Amino acid sequence: MKVITEKINYNLLREVEEVSGQKVSACFQCGKCSGGCPVVWGMDVLPHQVLRYAQLGLVDELLHSKTLWICASCQTCDSRCPRNVDIPKVIEALRLIILRNKGGNYLHPNDLPARVRENAPQQGLVSAFRKYAK
Amino acid sequence: MKRIGVFICWCGSNIAATVDIDRVIAAAQKMSGVVYTDQNKYTCSEIGQAMIKDAIKEYRLDRVVIGSCSPRMHENTFRKTVESAGLNPYYLEIANIREQCSWVHKDKEAGTAKAISLIRTAVAKAAMNEALFAAEMPVTRRALVIGGGIAGIQAALDIADTGFEVDLVEREPSIGGRMAQLDKTFPTLDCSACILTPKMVDVAQHEKIKLITYAEVDKVEGYLGNFTVTIRSKARSVDLQKCIGCGECIAKCPSKVASEFEEGLVSRRAIYTPFPQAVPNKPAIDRAHCRFFTAGKCKVCQKVCPADAIDYEMADRLLTNQYGAIVVATGFDTHKLNNYGEYAYGKHPDVLTSLEFERLLNASGPTGGKILRPSDGKEPKTVAFIQCVGSRDKAKGNPYCAKICCMYTAKHAILLSEKVPGSKAFVFYIDVRTAGKDYEEFYTRAYEECGASYIKGNVSKVFPDGDKLLVRSVDVLSGALVELSVDMVVLAASVDARADAKELAQKLAVTVNAHKFFTEAHPKLRPVDTQTAGIFLAGMCQGPKDIPETVAQASAAAVKVAAIFSKQSLLGNPTVAEVEPKLCSGDLSCMAVCPYGAISEQVVEERRGREMVPRKIAQVNAALCQGCGACTVACRPGAINLKGFTNQQILAEVDAICL
Amino acid sequence: MPVTNEGFEPLIVAFCCNWCSYAGADLAGVSRMSYSSNVRIIRVPCSSRVNPSFIIRAFQRGADGVLVAGCHPGDCHYHSGNFFTRRRLTVLKQMMEYLGIEPERFQVRWISGSEGAKFAMVMNSVAEEIKRLGPNRKLRDVR
Repeated sequence: MKVITEKINYNLLREVEEVSGQKVSACFQCGKCSGGCPVVWGMDVLPHQVLRYAQLGLVDELLHSKTLWICASCQTCDSRCPRNVDIPKVIEALRLIILRNKGGNYLHPNDLPARVRENAPQQGLVSAFRKYAK
Repeated sequence: MKRIGVFICWCGSNIAATVDIDRVIAAAQKMSGVVYTDQNKYTCSEIGQAMIKDAIKEYRLDRVVIGSCSPRMHENTFRKTVESAGLNPYYLEIANIREQCSWVHKDKEAGTAKAISLIRTAVAKAAMNEALFAAEMPVTRRALVIGGGIAGIQAALDIADTGFEVDLVEREPSIGGRMAQLDKTFPTLDCSACILTPKMVDVAQHEKIKLITYAEVDKVEGYLGNFTVTIRSKARSVDLQKCIGCGECIAKCPSKVASEFEEGLVSRRAIYTPFPQAVPNKPAIDRAHCRFFTAGKCKVCQKVCPADAIDYEMADRLLTNQYGAIVVATGFDTHKLNNYGEYAYGKHPDVLTSLEFERLLNASGPTGGKILRPSDGKEPKTVAFIQCVGSRDKAKGNPYCAKICCMYTAKHAILLSEKVPGSKAFVFYIDVRTAGKDYEEFYTRAYEECGASYIKGNVSKVFPDGDKLLVRSVDVLSGALVELSVDMVVLAASVDARADAKELAQKLAVTVNAHKFFTEAHPKLRPVDTQTAGIFLAGMCQGPKDIPETVAQASAAAVKVAAIFSKQSLLGNPTVAEVEPKLCSGDLSCMAVCPYGAISEQVVEERRGREMVPRKIAQVNAALCQGCGACTVACRPGAINLKGFTNQQILAEVDAICL
Repeated sequence: MPVTNEGFEPLIVAFCCNWCSYAGADLAGVSRMSYSSNVRIIRVPCSSRVNPSFIIRAFQRGADGVLVAGCHPGDCHYHSGNFFTRRRLTVLKQMMEYLGIEPERFQVRWISGSEGAKFAMVMNSVAEEIKRLGPNRKLRDVR
């Protein structure tokens, strides 16, 4: 990846800050969020890198990452961030940005494995449809 | 007929950008009493000041109004300008059209209208200004230094060396402060005690310095040149004249208390000297933990003392002294780590703060200078140093940077590599700050020569893992996950102001900021003054700083004190209260509200019919009056007025502002 | 009740003590914070210098609101000045209510020299309140 003037998307940072209500520019890359994340092993872009990409406007790398969908919203990062940035909210904002730009259903109920359909809490399923289905 | 000159400053573009200077000038020309107006880009410059002086002489101005920055910035400057042109400096009025107008209002229309209003107000006040003269005040040429750490010690030595008397008050039984707790100092790796103790001894032996240890400041009254301070000299229970410092009492004392000097790593006795090189090297009894004072038993120390120096009857003494100036050098505390449970501090014995680690390094510390794990006494081969614990943390700590930690951690990494061969230091940082002479080179030595591994990534959690500790973090620069198993974890805890700093500030009538550090008069240009004349600051109590800065600040404060003492007399405040005897009813309500005892009763003789009858009225001592004006409002007949801010002047300001 | 307050710009006189609130106002300026230009500041050495007659005079001369700002109690540069301010102006406030003036028109605030942001915020909120109340008609001198 390369940060070049044509590629920097300043609008992305503004949009993320507006949708999430968080001051993404406050992040000073201490790394405490990534250090404490329990699902970081499954991520391709680490949590602190998500914020860095947003700050630099690296839209493509960010919106195509697996990380946004792996975040469990456990809030461990938020509880330790010294700059009061609620990282799960930022990641949620990025998910919303993706979905608002996409159209159509992302997840169909038939795509759910039977075990998930039967055992997952109904609230989880409904929120998944809400996110994944436009 | 008043001849007022109005001078409007552009202040570069600071005022001119949001205030239409020409319109303000035009409006000023129409104001009653104004005979001359002018404008200048930088009125405080030599050219600007010369312009004012020339105008005063050429146009025979008897009052000057300047529309410029805040009077808190340049009132003194312009007073001197006016004085040098032959006018009494109190014929000057300043209208604040910068900080309180051009800088806070974006709309030029609104800004200009307000500037005109403020000039009109200043003109109305200036028209009523009168010549004021400061009374001469006596000065007590003795200084008080509060705090016996390196800042207080340096300030005391410097003041004493200029030939003035100093009292140095220290709360602990010995002077020395934090520097006495250190092993080596960065970047020279000087032995801290070796450079500190000579100064401590100098203080003890200096004929101009009186050392008052184990004492605190109880009450402060008065003002510049004439502070009356009550010092509570706490009862040591040891007669300093008789004690020979043999230490028998300490050896035999059965009570053990966690040692504050050793950061709680080991204990001391109830009768103790804080450290071996203490000055004075005589013990004190900590009555709160002494068996005799708490339970009426023991008295072993008295039995074994060969000099009969133990005195259980000793009581706190209150010493009241006069001082001309005060230097505050009360130091700092380390941040409490209650909010940092993720680092297992207090839960695992091998998680230490940096100051605790420093005590391990020190040859007279709990481990005789060996770095040993508190859990099993073995040398740690791998040590994780976690930076910024409680610093740079808006969420649950101090938002500021504590300034000293990057450097002392580099020092710890270097000393670890020397003391424990084959050891490895891992420093987890957010940034490394090395702003100081030879600091960058010192830090480079830590990672180039001493093998320290610097990982940019604040540690998220420390887990006990068998007899080791697991440290979880991320290397931000490479994106790699980091999970290290180490033998010891050292936390660079932040720097806090003293818990009772605010209390002391209130006693001194100085201010502290939101973090309880004492507020300096101007952050750039007056870092050792406070807003209160005669009270100065030195060291960490004013804000986080390292030893070279502390010593520099202490010497600076000493010069300020010497400047006051070297004057023949001090000029007091000229804006004093004044009683109009004809109106005074003599009820002395004013006397009751004066904080400085400047008002007293006076008996005057007045003619009544054919007789001269005595009548008591109020009288203001101009040398004591500080010009607050509380008396003017307490007075029912309105007999007492405040020069420089008279009732008539303020009413005229109100009238002008409401036009 | 005024029909409409559209276009009404109130005049607010603020008495600020030199050591705290005036310094706080300067800090707001240094930090380039914005606040309502309806506020005009008169500098006094201490909030205890403010005589109730000054406040009444301001209303008489057409001010729509008056604010007295001093150091936080306990922090007065002259030790006890603001304690007297607090007591005197509590009594004045009650008297003004008795005179029929809306209590929001006269306010007392404690602002320290390091509270630039608070100063700007207070000025804005007071200006807002007074704007809503409309022009002050009581106590005004007939001109």
